[in-house]
Amino acid sequence: MICARRPRWIAAAAFVLLAACAKNDPNQTRLKFWTIGREGEVVQQLLPEFERTHPGVRIDVQQIPLTAAHEKLLTAFAGDALPDMAQLGNTWLPEFVSVGALEPLQQLVDQSAIIKAADYFPGIWDTNVIDGIAYGVPWYVDTRLIFYRTDLLADAGFSTPPATWDEWATAMAAVKQRQGEGKFAVFFPLNEFEPLLNLALQQSDPLLKDNDTLGNFQSPGFRRSIAFYAQAFRNGWAPKMSNTELPNIWDELARGFVTFYVNGPWNIGEFERREPELKGRWSTAPLPGTHGPGGGAAGGSSLVIFHSSTNKQIAWELSEFLSRVEQQEKFYELTGDLPPRRSVWESPALAQDEYVKAFRTQLELVKPTPKVPEWERITDELAHMQERVARGGEPIDQALKELDARADKILEKRRWMLAHRAMQ
Amino acid sequence: MNDHAKPWTFLTPALIIIGVFFLLPVVAALALSLTDFDLYALTDLHNLRFVGLDNYIDVLQTPLFWKSLLNTLYFVAVGVPLSIAASLGAAMLLNSPLAKLKGSFRTALFAPVVTTVVAVAVIWRYLLHTRYGLIDYGLIRLGLDPIDWLGDPHWSMPAIILFAVWKNFGYNMIILLAGLQSIPIDLYEAARIDGASAWAQFRHITLPSLRPVLLLVSIITVAGYFQLFAEPYVMTRGDPLQSTVSVLYYMYEEGFKWWSLGRASAIAFILFAITLLATKILLWIGQRGEASA
Amino acid sequence: MNRRLPGIFVNGALVVIALLTLFPLLWMVSVSFMHAGEASSFPPPLLPAHASWDNYRELFQRAGMGRYLLNSFLIATLLTILSLAFNLSAGYAFAKLHFRGRDRLFRILLGALVIPAQVAMIPLFLTMKYLHLVNTYGGVILPTLATVFGIFLVRQYARSIPDDLLEAARLDGAGEWYIFIRIVIPLLKPIVVTLAIFTFLASWNDFMWPLIVLSDQEWQTAPVAIAGLSREHVQDNELMMAGSVVTILPVLILFLVLQRHYIQGLLLGSVKG
Repeated sequence: MICARRPRWIAAAAFVLLAACAKNDPNQTRLKFWTIGREGEVVQQLLPEFERTHPGVRIDVQQIPLTAAHEKLLTAFAGDALPDMAQLGNTWLPEFVSVGALEPLQQLVDQSAIIKAADYFPGIWDTNVIDGIAYGVPWYVDTRLIFYRTDLLADAGFSTPPATWDEWATAMAAVKQRQGEGKFAVFFPLNEFEPLLNLALQQSDPLLKDNDTLGNFQSPGFRRSIAFYAQAFRNGWAPKMSNTELPNIWDELARGFVTFYVNGPWNIGEFERREPELKGRWSTAPLPGTHGPGGGAAGGSSLVIFHSSTNKQIAWELSEFLSRVEQQEKFYELTGDLPPRRSVWESPALAQDEYVKAFRTQLELVKPTPKVPEWERITDELAHMQERVARGGEPIDQALKELDARADKILEKRRWMLAHRAMQ
Repeated sequence: MNDHAKPWTFLTPALIIIGVFFLLPVVAALALSLTDFDLYALTDLHNLRFVGLDNYIDVLQTPLFWKSLLNTLYFVAVGVPLSIAASLGAAMLLNSPLAKLKGSFRTALFAPVVTTVVAVAVIWRYLLHTRYGLIDYGLIRLGLDPIDWLGDPHWSMPAIILFAVWKNFGYNMIILLAGLQSIPIDLYEAARIDGASAWAQFRHITLPSLRPVLLLVSIITVAGYFQLFAEPYVMTRGDPLQSTVSVLYYMYEEGFKWWSLGRASAIAFILFAITLLATKILLWIGQRGEASA
Repeated sequence: MNRRLPGIFVNGALVVIALLTLFPLLWMVSVSFMHAGEASSFPPPLLPAHASWDNYRELFQRAGMGRYLLNSFLIATLLTILSLAFNLSAGYAFAKLHFRGRDRLFRILLGALVIPAQVAMIPLFLTMKYLHLVNTYGGVILPTLATVFGIFLVRQYARSIPDDLLEAARLDGAGEWYIFIRIVIPLLKPIVVTLAIFTFLASWNDFMWPLIVLSDQEWQTAPVAIAGLSREHVQDNELMMAGSVVTILPVLILFLVLQRHYIQGLLLGSVKG
């Protein structure tokens, strides 16, 4: 039993061995690229071309599920175990910038022959700019708009999709009336805050005030949004269900369980694949605004490079590679994720697709969400609030007051830090 | 030969590990809980503020904390008796002189204990599916309505309790079995001759004899169940409507999702205090019972 | 008649409970052999229509399960071997060696058992960060190289070693370590096996700590990988079942082979003398 003889020495030896457990091959550069969700599987098909033109470089793609991504990234940051580059949801950028995790890219962007900021949708590009410096390059975009059954809408007496909130409310009431018991007009999943957020962003009142240090949810703009949203549940236009209770929304749209659905571009591909017999009976339309198409949230993912990376140059070259027009076209074909560059939209695949036209219109109108690290946390509170109002019937005034109070609390540290810095 | 030093060479390695990797972090956690350590502080320690008991007061004023505490207490209050009853029932069956193939049955009933929580939670998540799960299918065949176990806030915690009882009852079963086996058979013989029914025998012989073991089992189970985490993490992520957020799950989210490490540490200590209180209460009840017995 | 009935009842009840207990595990195996999507049909099937190894193939080839199982195995084995050294020597010392404050120190350690491990997790993570052990085997293994429970178990068992045996050896001039290795450890063999099983099982099944400390996929252990897979492949239940099977099987087999020792240890640990 050798082990028992000198336990401390064995332990020390094992310690050293285990701590130095990294593989080191001097001839190859391994670029660690973390992706979130499906895009990780798909991007691996584009990489061989890059590796061919960059001999000696191997790209290690690691896929993280969306539901665990935020924690994993922050844990990796806290543990000094970040990869070289990653796909990052653009709403998470402010947080990672504030802790100094991301490498500023402004200079590289200015000098790049491939990445031209003017070619990107302004609202989208803006989500990557914090205090005037770019920290990420948009990779793909998304925003949410209406998917709807054209035939069911026509049945209810509407030949064109609604363009304003009032028209939408009328349409939903008519559809519900026509469809009757057991069917609904629209699906707003109770565990998703995005539809409400998109409506709220159309308003001129910002979501946070005072240099983003206090909640502004009791503003008239947000009040209008939540009132519109809540009425859909109150009037029975929307079922009180979460997205886990209706896992197959495409089936439900096909059988007319709902007529409207607010979601993102990936549904186009899913629809076409799963419900081919529905062809010609559904379409997309920009999200109605108070006085016309209203726009929504500037969503999507960016490519970011981490400050701790030792392979920044290669990471940048990969970012440029993935931002090339033809790579973005290929990426679109493989994923259905919409490209952030206007010039890519002129390619035949996109220009002639009837379903993405609505997205093109909306993308010119999108706005970023508040660029504070605490925003993610606030959307959590937003999600709970809207569920309580919709499912539980909590009165709006009370809910908004509570939301403001919670947002103020979450932002307390930010207020302290800004005051602190101002005094220095 | 330095006689005094010898024992310490045996002890020091273990003590260093426990000291550095357990006791020290616990003390550090206490210190952390008195600050507002968060992501900002992680990057620059100047952003750290000493806040005294503010984290504790703040947590005790947060509705979600109380909800998580309620959820956890629900889990403990229903899960522990259910689990112990199941264990006792199984132990009594195994202890019966009429039982055959005791070894095999014991193995079968104990098997869930050694399985990996994550792996079996995945199985159960599917068994509890409203449409494709076999449990609801069984309910339908019995003529009952299917239950939306993981989507209905009223049934989500019962689903987790069911799962936890299934997973753990084997553990206490073994301990109770040993307890049962130590009860002298003559006691039962004498009672039978006196004409006592099976139920009377249970109440007046079995239960009193098992009192110390039951107390032990209760304490172990209660302390363990207060640390509910893996099941909600894998099966429900706290949903629906936060009905399955346990205190530890809340701490995990505060600590590793939002990186409010100061707050998370405060929550951990509050949980520790509550668990300690609960075990002390159980011990007190047990001792009182012994005094009157 | 009267004598047969209770027997049938008891054994019948045992059979029913055993089936109910084993059912989820059996179903898991069954579904793992089904084709993708086959389990998502109504009424839910109990057995695969045409059993195939497809899920296992995909699990190992595309999802890289082999790597995760290897990580679990290496970590659990290393931890078991190393921790045996630490726990055995400390447990023996508390049981048989005399030094000032021995019992008080032991009682303090026992008190530590009440503290839930999660309290220490956050600072522990930060400690690992400063030691550059995040994302390494070392980060996972180091914190539990010695445990109060392990020491306690060894001490309980070691107390039954006759003092005269040790005294005699000392009188013969043997050194303490010599006594420990040549005399004590062979006598402790049963508890060594028990502790080894406990440690291996606990390490293999450990979830929360490896989840936090291992960020890179290539170092992940099987349970952490399963948790990740289950969030990524929400629809692929057949694949997930295959993952569950390969994660549970090793420890189940280990338990089946050595269950006597495991159960003995369980009893020793809980029914404090």
